[in-house]
Amino acid sequence: MDEEYDVIVLGTGLTECILSGLLSVDGKKVLHMDRNDYYGGDSASLNLTQLYRKFRPDESAPTKLGRDRDYNIDLIPKFIFASGELTKILVHTEVTRYLEFKQIAGSFVYRDGKISKVPSTEIEAVKSPLMGLFEKRRAKKFFEFLQSWKDDDPATHQGIDLDKDSMKVVYEKFGLEPGTQDFIGHAMALYLDDDYITKAARPTYDRIILYTSSMTRYGKSPYIYPLYGLGELPQSFARLSAIYGGTYMLDKPIDEIVTDEDGKFVSVRSGEETVKAKQVIGDPSYFGAGKESDGGKVRVLEEGKVIRAICLLNHPIPGTDDSDSCQIIIPQNQVGRRNDIYVAVVSSTHNVCAKDVYVAIVSTIVETNNPQAEIEPGLKLLGPVFDKFVSVSPLYTPTSTGKADNIFITRSYDATSHFETVVEEVHDVWRRVTGHDLVLKAREAANIEEGRDEAP
Amino acid sequence: MSKQFQFKLVLLGESAVGKSSLVLRFVKDQFDDYRESTIGAAFLTQTVTLDDQTTVKFEIWDTAGQERYKSLAPMYYRNANCAVVVYDITQSASLEKARSWVRELQRQADPSIVIALCGNKTDLNARRQVSQEEAKKYADEEGLMWGETSAKTGEGVSDIFTAIAKKLPLTAPPSRPGANRASASGTQAGVDLNRNPVSTEQTDGCNC
Repeated sequence: MDEEYDVIVLGTGLTECILSGLLSVDGKKVLHMDRNDYYGGDSASLNLTQLYRKFRPDESAPTKLGRDRDYNIDLIPKFIFASGELTKILVHTEVTRYLEFKQIAGSFVYRDGKISKVPSTEIEAVKSPLMGLFEKRRAKKFFEFLQSWKDDDPATHQGIDLDKDSMKVVYEKFGLEPGTQDFIGHAMALYLDDDYITKAARPTYDRIILYTSSMTRYGKSPYIYPLYGLGELPQSFARLSAIYGGTYMLDKPIDEIVTDEDGKFVSVRSGEETVKAKQVIGDPSYFGAGKESDGGKVRVLEEGKVIRAICLLNHPIPGTDDSDSCQIIIPQNQVGRRNDIYVAVVSSTHNVCAKDVYVAIVSTIVETNNPQAEIEPGLKLLGPVFDKFVSVSPLYTPTSTGKADNIFITRSYDATSHFETVVEEVHDVWRRVTGHDLVLKAREAANIEEGRDEAP
Repeated sequence: MSKQFQFKLVLLGESAVGKSSLVLRFVKDQFDDYRESTIGAAFLTQTVTLDDQTTVKFEIWDTAGQERYKSLAPMYYRNANCAVVVYDITQSASLEKARSWVRELQRQADPSIVIALCGNKTDLNARRQVSQEEAKKYADEEGLMWGETSAKTGEGVSDIFTAIAKKLPLTAPPSRPGANRASASGTQAGVDLNRNPVSTEQTDGCNC
């Protein structure tokens, strides 16, 4: 540990691993450490032993759940948009060679006490109970308007200015019912609350286009998921970093972030060892999160809390046509809340649990002093629950950009059901650390070195 | 008719026992005295042709240095069909490390994995600390294949990979590790992110 590095990265969550990989590819000398003996930090997938150690340290996993090694339980429920930003990074960095993906079988939305599939084909759309016949025609006109929109062709704008007019104006123009608005804003644009309605329509337009282009990419649902769990994602980027010279140390307690008299970063101390670098990047847990302060300086603030209940089931979710995986969205209006409740389901098809076991994570942003009660509407959809692991996690955000002290802190994983905000965070931290925009380029050096896999 | 099989092979062993050199000799028939720690190769591939015209293609995963502080990811062991655990015959401590890697494989990897224990650097026989008898005895006890190599001269290198190829089960269709693998469970085809979607044409966009 007596070497000096360009960057020390603390925590092996997905955000940190993508940054570590990209920095190593960029030629930086990176040391990547984690206090845990496993990869992934808050975005890890745990086996049963690790899951019990985390949630119930005094208990061991029941044998009836099957083999420990068959389990890769995600701590944070997220799916990957087939045409989203994470997919672009996966393809550009070619970490796809370490990963295998499957589709999520369907996306469902809760309405008036029952769930219905978000249609993925025209036939499903025609049969869908989500809208009446006339409303379907109005919605069709609305989607045609969005699909044909061209910024430089005013004829396609139908008098709407996406950058000035609010989404409310757009909904009203097409005469869409409140239930349809709920469906579009929450099940397709994936807004967690209704604040978007009074804002300019452009971001909502972008989100609906992302949803529909992801949907048409593979069919069924807009989402894909890595076999063996989301924890494979940080591992694959860690390998990318290592291949480009990054040094990895797991199971390494981090005792102190050492700064000079001006408060600038100098080194990281672990026990008796210290290691120097020009910059440090890390997740909030390494910078005093959850404590009053870190050496007198408050580096991260709590912005809210998310409750997540990991539920193990012996059956698929009722009403999902025995889907091996799905997302269910309970729009806030349906249950009198400010924030949506999400249910994310995966199963043995995705190599995350033993055969005939289903893993459902129910989550929402905490609004009251009794968060357990807040997720009840989601739990009710699951049928009998075999076992349940509940966590309430604060969402931390850094108090400064890091430019002044070379300490760059990432944000906690939010309540959204996808990785778009994680990639935004990667771009933001990259800009803060390097001073320029992240440009994704192919890994030319490795392609020469490597016997490329020819098509079968 | 000739058949081709593909297998994932992982390398294990203490730093500086010559894991990367061994692969470089096997794949490119090269050797570099001053080779630095592994940089830049995700994995290499090399094909072995057996007597009956069956070809076995190895997708070889190097540790990329992640073994140095015992920080190999579960992904590394996942779906590995075979492993070469390397020690340096001039360093008896490296055989001890090899034993712990074998235990790690037995814990983490698929139970059917074929493991070969490989004593490297036979060109430095004068400085030998690990006898053939000792290594062979340990390999027999654990049911491992065993061989000695010199990545520098090439001695024994192709022999050990060919021996592994012969030992691998060539009856059932093997899993195809790495990118674009065929679905293992077969219930639902995987998706290939590198392939353009079958249809890029826009539907009328109405998902309702």
